[in-house]
Amino acid sequence: MHSDATEILLRWIVLVPLLGAATNGLLNRRLPRQVSGLLACAAVGLSFALSVVVFLRLTGMPAAERFVSDTLATWISFGNIRIDLAFSMDPLSAVMALIVTGVGFLIHVYSLGYMAHDDGFQRFFTYMNLFIFAMMTLVLGENLVMLFVGWEGVGLCSYLLISFWFSDEANAAAGKKAFVVNRIGDFGFLLGIFLIGATLLPLLGAEQNVLSFRTLQAHAGLLGPAATAICLLLFLGAAGKSAQIPLYIWLPDAMAGPTPVSALIHAATMVTAGVYMVARMNFLYVLSPTAMAVVAAVGVATALFASTIAVTQNDIKKVLAYSTVSQLGYMMLACGVGAFAAGIFHVMTHAFFKALLFLGSGSVIHAMSNEQDMRVMGGLKNKLPVTYWTFLIGTIAIAGVFPLAGFFSKDEILWKAFSSDGGGVLPWALGFFAAGLTAFYMARLVVLTFFDENRASPEVQSHIHESPATMTLPLVVLAILSVIGGWIGWPHFMGGANHFEQWLEPVFAVGHGAAAHGAHEVASAHGAAAAHGAHDTRMEWILAGASLLWGLVGLTLGWFVYLRRTSVADGFRTMGGGFVHRVLLNKYYVDEAYEATVIRPGYRLSRTVLWKGVDAGIIDGLLVNGSALVVAIIGSVLRIFQNGMVRYYAWAFTIGVTVFVLYLSFSG
Amino acid sequence: MEITLTHYLILAAVLFLIGMVGFVVRRNAIVMLMCVELMLCSTNIVFAAFSRLHGDGGGHVFVLMNFAVAAAEAAIGLALLVEIYRRRRTVNVDDLKALME
Repeated sequence: MHSDATEILLRWIVLVPLLGAATNGLLNRRLPRQVSGLLACAAVGLSFALSVVVFLRLTGMPAAERFVSDTLATWISFGNIRIDLAFSMDPLSAVMALIVTGVGFLIHVYSLGYMAHDDGFQRFFTYMNLFIFAMMTLVLGENLVMLFVGWEGVGLCSYLLISFWFSDEANAAAGKKAFVVNRIGDFGFLLGIFLIGATLLPLLGAEQNVLSFRTLQAHAGLLGPAATAICLLLFLGAAGKSAQIPLYIWLPDAMAGPTPVSALIHAATMVTAGVYMVARMNFLYVLSPTAMAVVAAVGVATALFASTIAVTQNDIKKVLAYSTVSQLGYMMLACGVGAFAAGIFHVMTHAFFKALLFLGSGSVIHAMSNEQDMRVMGGLKNKLPVTYWTFLIGTIAIAGVFPLAGFFSKDEILWKAFSSDGGGVLPWALGFFAAGLTAFYMARLVVLTFFDENRASPEVQSHIHESPATMTLPLVVLAILSVIGGWIGWPHFMGGANHFEQWLEPVFAVGHGAAAHGAHEVASAHGAAAAHGAHDTRMEWILAGASLLWGLVGLTLGWFVYLRRTSVADGFRTMGGGFVHRVLLNKYYVDEAYEATVIRPGYRLSRTVLWKGVDAGIIDGLLVNGSALVVAIIGSVLRIFQNGMVRYYAWAFTIGVTVFVLYLSFSG
Repeated sequence: MEITLTHYLILAAVLFLIGMVGFVVRRNAIVMLMCVELMLCSTNIVFAAFSRLHGDGGGHVFVLMNFAVAAAEAAIGLALLVEIYRRRRTVNVDDLKALME
């Protein structure tokens, strides 16, 4: 435990955004817009600065000891359980903290411009700051319970922000859907935590900070027998939050919120919480090959599934939403094959380019007078030059073209999917195919939005303008990050050192069974990785080349089909009698299937049994009215004696006392 | 004739019975209040008698406390009755049954 001034900064990283939210929330409209916006940005900016300070402190420590923690109080203490209100930062949470506050800050700045004319300006920034607070609690929480608190907090903020424009019923419904679907996942998550407690507590003696990640990691072996069940339950939570099959359905609908929200919460940060949690619990997941296989399978299935849907969507944000679902699938795939570092790497690069793409789409929507349908866009290339160029960079990055960020992380995931013990040719091939689709639909998006002639009404066209500097500046910064962000993980086979993986090594070292207590020298990790890489770099080169080529093919094909030979696109639409296109456009009818199999039966059950039967019948009828009836009957009997005649009371009193005295006298 | 404990107890019992019967049969609230005082008084006699018999001052303490309670009760009771009389022009308890349902 390193004790100096740095560790106390941890609490302020979390609390400063909360203070921002409280100030904005309590003063609300009494606060001028400029003050409110600047306050919110300053809170997140400060949080980012503090994160950097603590991060720099971590870099100064020996690799295996990179850990600072800050305990505010003991929160829960009974039996041999102790749960602290504590924050900690290790290499993994440092990465997440920097992403959340850094990208969060840029998006806050962007929102100054985007939300400038909105009535709920102060409310918006309240929720945004509250979100950063919850997300930082999630990331920096020192134990599973703190993580869960943050987990629920971000869920709440997500709900509030999706239905931010709640006067439109569709938005309110989308928020509700997100919340309910997330609750299903959270239920599994909670059961997972309970199962950990139930398994571990009888085996531990003295009072312990039992759900702290450090304790769990130290005693992971004891959890071995229950590992599969625990991991699958936790993964249900992760699937809810990170929008994996079968719980991904809320994320596309979540685009009902303001675009900065889509960028921050539903692309860059919150939805990666599931990946973060799986990576955080890596020491447990590696104990269960079954759970790992499930994670990998769900991940790759989600990646492929969502990217096929994205190809047909017409709403610019829906395309990006399905793209996000698909990219989250990649991250899960990485975790599932044991490449946690690669998963987190993709979390980071994805945060850069997906935030960029969403903010770019926001800029487009802003320019197009809130139009989101790509079919009436087009030709924006010259009218929105900054947006266009940054968007193009984001597109190339997500398509996985060297040397932009997406190439490194996606290629590493695909390589690990191919080469790890848990991977193989099939997961690689599916992921590879989805990567091409990604490039294809992104090219389609760019062509439909920025190329050709504008198809909007003349009135909308006359309003098209480039966004203000508060909006374009974050775009430029994110574009730069989307270019260079991947270089930190320059792979070994290309002569790099993969600093990113090295940085996370201490966190995942235990997971890889390298050492019990993370006493893992960087040098040895280095050596091992280098030795590992030495004998099959040729395969790595081939696969990386294939990914690059495949990404370029996807981009070119998308560009060609939607710009030069639209007849091909028409042909695609009518393929198989239009059946394929219709199925994809309607998202495989998954929502409809859920509606028929889960929602309607649930509704019927609620209506007939739970409402009419249990609520109206048992609770209202038997319990509420029943107990009232019993009291009424007793009362009507007692009422006979309450006749208001004083002499009657006097007689009753006298007789009562007499009987009582006689009883006492003769009972001995 | 020597006066023994028994005499005190008989006196107390007689007083108590007079009070009790009066309380039950009379309808005038003031008389009923007086009957209550009479019953309280009879207990005072018992307390004093036993206190004397055992040579224990505790009984006296209770007698004094009883006085205080009785005085308070009389003060409140009479005040209420005065107020009732002002409003209803009667202190006959049979007429005072507004609390009957």
